[in-house]
Amino acid sequence: MRRGPVRVAGGLILAAALAAAAAGCNSASSTDSSGTSDKCGLKIAFFGALTGSAANLGVNIEQGAELAIIKYNEEHADCKVEVAKFDSQGTPDNAPALARQLVTDDKVIGVVGPAFSGESVAANPIFEEAGIPLITPSATRPSLSTEKWKVFHRAVANDDAQGPAAALYIKDGLKSQKVFIVDDQTAYGAGLADTVKATLGSLVVGTDKVQADGQQTDFSATVTKIVSSGAESLFYGGYYQNAGLIRKQLTAAGWTGTMVSGDGVKDPGFLTSAGKEAAEGSVMTCPCAPATEAKGSFAADYKAQWNIDPGTYSDVAYDAAGIFLKGIDEGNTTPEKMNEFLGEVTFEGIANTYSFTETGELDPSKLIVWTFKVSSGDIVPDVKAPTS
Amino acid sequence: MHFHSLFQNFGELTVTGLAQGAIYALFALGYTMVYGVLRLINFAHSEVFMVGTFAAVLTWGLFGLDQDSATPSVGAVLLLLLAGFLAAALAAGIMALIVEMVAYRPLRRRNAPPLVFLITAIGASTVISEAVGIGTHRNVSSVPPLIRPSTVVQIGNTSVTNIQILIVGLALVMMVVLDLFIGKTRLGRGVRAVAQDPDSAALMGVNKNRVISLVFLTGGLMAGIAAVMYLLKIGGTRYDAGFHLGIKAFTAAVLGGIGNLRGALLGGLALGLAENYGSGLFGTQWRDVVAFVLLVVILLFRPTGILGESMGRARA
Amino acid sequence: MIDQKTAMPRRTWRNRNGNGSPFRGRWARLPRSARWASLLGVALLAYLLPYVGSIPGIGPQIVTEGIDWPSALFNISYFVLLALGLNVVVGYAGLLDLGYVGFFAVGAYSVALFTSPDSILNTGWSWLAAVPVAIALTLVSGVILGWPTLRLRGDYLAIVTLGFAEIIRNTANGAEFMRGDRGFGGIPHPPGSLGDNSPIFGVRDATPYYWLGLTIIVVVIIGVRNLEHSRVGRSWLAIREDQEAAEMMGVRTVKYKLWAFAIGAAIGGFGGVMFAGEQGFLNSATFQLLFSILVLAGVVMGGSGNIPGAILGGALVSYVPDRLRGVEIAGTDAFQFRMLIFGFMIIVVMVFRPQGLLPSRRRAAELADRAKEATA
Repeated sequence: MRRGPVRVAGGLILAAALAAAAAGCNSASSTDSSGTSDKCGLKIAFFGALTGSAANLGVNIEQGAELAIIKYNEEHADCKVEVAKFDSQGTPDNAPALARQLVTDDKVIGVVGPAFSGESVAANPIFEEAGIPLITPSATRPSLSTEKWKVFHRAVANDDAQGPAAALYIKDGLKSQKVFIVDDQTAYGAGLADTVKATLGSLVVGTDKVQADGQQTDFSATVTKIVSSGAESLFYGGYYQNAGLIRKQLTAAGWTGTMVSGDGVKDPGFLTSAGKEAAEGSVMTCPCAPATEAKGSFAADYKAQWNIDPGTYSDVAYDAAGIFLKGIDEGNTTPEKMNEFLGEVTFEGIANTYSFTETGELDPSKLIVWTFKVSSGDIVPDVKAPTS
Repeated sequence: MHFHSLFQNFGELTVTGLAQGAIYALFALGYTMVYGVLRLINFAHSEVFMVGTFAAVLTWGLFGLDQDSATPSVGAVLLLLLAGFLAAALAAGIMALIVEMVAYRPLRRRNAPPLVFLITAIGASTVISEAVGIGTHRNVSSVPPLIRPSTVVQIGNTSVTNIQILIVGLALVMMVVLDLFIGKTRLGRGVRAVAQDPDSAALMGVNKNRVISLVFLTGGLMAGIAAVMYLLKIGGTRYDAGFHLGIKAFTAAVLGGIGNLRGALLGGLALGLAENYGSGLFGTQWRDVVAFVLLVVILLFRPTGILGESMGRARA
Repeated sequence: MIDQKTAMPRRTWRNRNGNGSPFRGRWARLPRSARWASLLGVALLAYLLPYVGSIPGIGPQIVTEGIDWPSALFNISYFVLLALGLNVVVGYAGLLDLGYVGFFAVGAYSVALFTSPDSILNTGWSWLAAVPVAIALTLVSGVILGWPTLRLRGDYLAIVTLGFAEIIRNTANGAEFMRGDRGFGGIPHPPGSLGDNSPIFGVRDATPYYWLGLTIIVVVIIGVRNLEHSRVGRSWLAIREDQEAAEMMGVRTVKYKLWAFAIGAAIGGFGGVMFAGEQGFLNSATFQLLFSILVLAGVVMGGSGNIPGAILGGALVSYVPDRLRGVEIAGTDAFQFRMLIFGFMIIVVMVFRPQGLLPSRRRAAELADRAKEATA
């Protein structure tokens, strides 16, 4: 019974087979596109979540940016620009490896993203060292612009603008005297909730922290606290899935106050998660304009291309890609030139007019924050909110 | 620490904690029974539960109901609930059997060590939850408002709703039924015999494989019932709903004494209460920490859980 | 290394079971120098892996497409390190640890707390200065976890270790000084600079980090191998096989179990230290329970109790999902199916090779015996 060699060989063969199975489906995608002009074959990268539980937010952004590139290519059929997608799943641990992969591609002229703040902190140092300019259409953590990254640009208002807007809406719009604040302990959710809390001051009657999406579904203790505090409104800092469950469980417990939250909840997924009846009347702030406010045929084009309505930040991503495309048109075909271009550009987009400050923030006079409301089972624009 | 918050909401936290604990308890039965018979952590049991939740959501969908539907009439609700419980229990039961046959039986035939079972179960669990996750785009699937929560009993500032009574009541009934089944019936005697000594049981003419299938099936059925209770309480489900809840349910099983049916009930309720009191006292972010600290402390003083292991012993 | 005293009984044991492998026999009969030379060759090849892509034909099949290849290699290196550490706890001492990621977290967070400008400690040490402290802290945390839980039997230990990992993760998430999801930025990279004053460990190229990881792995392998064949290793084995019998034979089970825990923890800590140094940023999102479970799956899949097995398993656990990124299956990126494919892979491997891909001799023989018993 000489099973020895079989055993060792079997193990190695099985291991090799597994590796081969993984490698076998090698898509032979050689990126040999040495066009005649150095303007041609350049790439604009998207960096953010396309799969995983934050995929909805990432896909909105990617589709917006890709739409801009598709339209550009229709007009420049002889000299196309490609889109390169980097799916980070929204987690920082994947971000450095992906960013390194991105910067090895010398056709990439700019990045739309990173979509979230956490992955930005992990990936941006690599973009900075490689000198690849980036425009994030959605990472709203204020501290990103104080890291002295020369390549960093933000096309939306940060949480220092959104938080006070939400707080003012609660104080002046809803006229709540008792506000409860909950966050999901994510950098985004907790950061936003802290700004809201600071602005509301003594109106806050209680706070609680829950786990992030997917980690907790039973919010009975939080619901109990909110109900017994007698709060008239709740600010929730977090994302749409948990927001929906919390809203639903609050309604089930008989709480009739208003739930206010940030851009992370402004997603149709909130309506699914909460059910339209419970979601009715909920308010979201967003440093973005309604898609219907976008100039031109953006909303219709988007729907025609992707068979879905534009989502949060689709329009800003469209503009971010548009800025890079304008840069290419003006002959900025290296990342260095593109970055200089971003420093000076004033770009009339569909959602806003963009120009960037020294630190890469959007020009303060261009900041916009809107509030949205769930009305008749739909998220509709409410008012353009003051930010201070 | 928020002693004020804890005292003010003590009643409410108790009631909601018991409801959550009842779900843990039914969920934990699957872990505890399989462990009692096979000495193995059935890691895939969490996905059995998750499949149950989706079976109920799909069944209600077949009746044309989604999260935005109006609450149906009382008769219809009873029918829908029954259909939901049946669908979830069946789907979960079948899922448990499939896991047993695909992942465990081939290993049992080779007499593989327990660790290998655990890893296979992890693989099975990953496959099931990822398949559902990809199919549902990892979104929440929400349930129709079958039961409007209404206060049935009011004690001081504590209100007890119809859903909470249904959950705790049904869990207790199921526990009693199962206890009688294991303790008093012929089949149950077979289960106990195998739990006590598989080899002697086989010599006495007990069909070991049939008993094992029965144990998986029963655990699955209970998980299915827990799944519907979960939907009524939480309002929705997701591809990973089983994972975190499963860890808690397993914790509950160990807390009460794994392999012990009454231990599962006790452990589940204790865990539900501890989590809620902890959330009230320290804030909800410390809920899981409270649960696991409780586990560690109990195991330090009673290394086999509160009631000890005992499915194979005289009493079930 | 392997003295005659320990080598001899193993040979007779193998012969008695009639289960000797000619390959292993030939390996053992090779002169020591030849064995060392071939091991050195393997190590050298491992160091050259970042350049495997330039081999025509097979090279492009090996390298990852959607993710930077040196980064993928670095990922493999810390997974392998964790697998080696967990192999000590699970494979040698037979203590089922479901929360091994906790030690990885302790190592990484210790570095972050002592070095990051975001830390409240505000010590601002260099990476190198933080390493010994971090390793010491993981060692201590291994003992802290081990001490009260050693009374517990197998599966109870599993759930308690899982609980400890969750406590650590929740604390990282919830405690103010751990900064939760906001995380620690600006963690310094390992020291050293090249001729032109550019740092060896930059941010763009992960190759030096991989080499660092590989070097640590080599040191750990040598250390663990020596332990395995020492009194400590034999005591672990005795404990794994039969704790009561071991105790009766005079093995101080508590002491050696603690050893296993502490050594396993320290190796896991090394993984964390490397991870923090490479990423430069650390937050609580990394330390999910799934991480521990993946490493455990790697160890058992590769061959629990065998160093080459643990290495292979750890590498597969990291490599397969990374390799699937950027590969198209039926028009969609296979990356989103990676965990599904991975789950199937685990089931297939475990059902067809319950002893693991590269089992230890002893383990394979045991399993063969058990299988015979089952059919009898």
